[in-house]
Amino acid sequence: MQLYLPIADIPVNVFLILAMGAAVGFVSGMFGIGGGFLMTPLLIFVGIAPAVAVASVASHIAASSFSGAISYWRRRSIDPILALVLLTGGTVGTALGVWTFTLLRSLGQLDLLIATSYVILLTTVGGLMFWEGLRALLRTRRGGAATIRRPGSHGWIHGLPLKMRFKRSKIYLSVIPVVVIGLIIGFIGAVMGIGGGFILVPLMIYVLRVPTSTVVGTSMVLTLVTMIFATLLHAVTNHLVDAVLALILMIGGVTGAQFGARAGQKIRGEHLRLLLGLLVLAVGIRFAVELVIRPADLFTIRETGGGV
Amino acid sequence: MSARASLIVASLVLGAALAISPACAERLIVSVSNHRVTVTPNYSGEELVLFGSVEKDAQTPAGRNNYDLVVTVSGPRADMVTRRKERKFGIWINTDSRQFLKVPTYLALFSNRPFDAIASPEVQRRQQLGLNNVLLTQRVGPDFADVVPNDPFRSAFVRLRTQHGLYREEQSAVTFLTPTLFRTGIPLPGEVPIGTYDVEIKLFADGTLVTRTETAFEIVKVGFEQFIANAAHNNGFAYGLVTAFMALMTGWMASIVFRKD
Repeated sequence: MQLYLPIADIPVNVFLILAMGAAVGFVSGMFGIGGGFLMTPLLIFVGIAPAVAVASVASHIAASSFSGAISYWRRRSIDPILALVLLTGGTVGTALGVWTFTLLRSLGQLDLLIATSYVILLTTVGGLMFWEGLRALLRTRRGGAATIRRPGSHGWIHGLPLKMRFKRSKIYLSVIPVVVIGLIIGFIGAVMGIGGGFILVPLMIYVLRVPTSTVVGTSMVLTLVTMIFATLLHAVTNHLVDAVLALILMIGGVTGAQFGARAGQKIRGEHLRLLLGLLVLAVGIRFAVELVIRPADLFTIRETGGGV
Repeated sequence: MSARASLIVASLVLGAALAISPACAERLIVSVSNHRVTVTPNYSGEELVLFGSVEKDAQTPAGRNNYDLVVTVSGPRADMVTRRKERKFGIWINTDSRQFLKVPTYLALFSNRPFDAIASPEVQRRQQLGLNNVLLTQRVGPDFADVVPNDPFRSAFVRLRTQHGLYREEQSAVTFLTPTLFRTGIPLPGEVPIGTYDVEIKLFADGTLVTRTETAFEIVKVGFEQFIANAAHNNGFAYGLVTAFMALMTGWMASIVFRKD
């Protein structure tokens, strides 16, 4: 069934978009991530302009993270104070990100920036996660305790001032790194059209030492708010949010996410991290290959406005 | 200006028009099957039909029936940039680029037989027959000019637009049903730009331009599509709020529907 998208200005197959939403939703529910890093490239592949894809995916991630956040809230695995502090950084980061996005779009280097940041982020994060997952797996094989490395060593992060107690996570931590991490995630999310969950979760575990019980839920709250904020800003500054496209993605996404979450509960934690690492790494390598091999067509056309 | 003065001007213009008209022995009467193409949610492209006839009068040389026809359809104009990727530091990045100024976003040229058979290369160039001869203004340094047809940027531009069905050239698309009655189809792909389309019809006989006429049609978003597009452009904030609210509702609905109790 073909449907004409009012902002993207092209007809698309509804079932194809629904299926893409459901597939990405499944993955995001399984790993507790937004899935934007998969969705945005898929939409671009279908022929939707990168700028419209980035802007519309933001609202799609908001929907799936809200449905996730509700169930985590019921299980009391969200740390509201931690989420709030992360958000103060996240809001500023998102505003900066949307501003940068608009600037780069006018300079015509948006595609290159999106492609290179995908490569750097995904291969680094994916590689690290994969490596960590592999080591955890080997440790369990050898019969050792499969705990995440949480040495008592309090690094320089824990020596920073402005300390604060986060009750539900049972940690005592400086506000500075929390705000900075929120800022980075907000910025990356707005520029690249991704929720940043796959970067935030490892950062919270390894840098902030937040216990695993509250990590995913809290990261979802941050993703939710930054993505709502990003949707609003994209709608106001670039007028590129396609509500019809977003709605189809949301319906597919939230449905897929529910099944993904059930599948995820059946898999062991280390396996899950290993799989997610592999997935992130694979997407990163795909982008890297695209940059390195000679493209089929050296020329591209982009409309630069100045219409009648 | 007094009424008398304007009357004089009007009669002068009329006189001038009358003075010219005897030179044009033929007249073209054309119409498009639909002057207003509406884009609705189930729009996925359309094909219009242009039909018309050649009206002869007393001045027409007797027995002249060997007419040739060239139809040029050009969509709304926009600035576009063609970029070329080059290998730098081991990766392929956009380096060189050319800006095309106010070029048609859609361009179609149809004729009843090959352009080479219709007119000499000189006439083809002057009358802009064929994608190779259509004027595509580029910014070349401080100047604005079109370049030779085999310029790499120009040919890449035409090739890419053609791949998307947005530029096309068909040298047998116009059919003469009788020696003076003709028709041609105008295919519009799904991703065709919204706006006003100019149609120019040129009639040739014995290698020279006999007469020309113009018509137009428009592609507009209506109903739901128009409402969404207008809302996104004029009330960005409200539109964003509604989209964000929609996201929350969808997420909330999902958590209710799939709740395991």
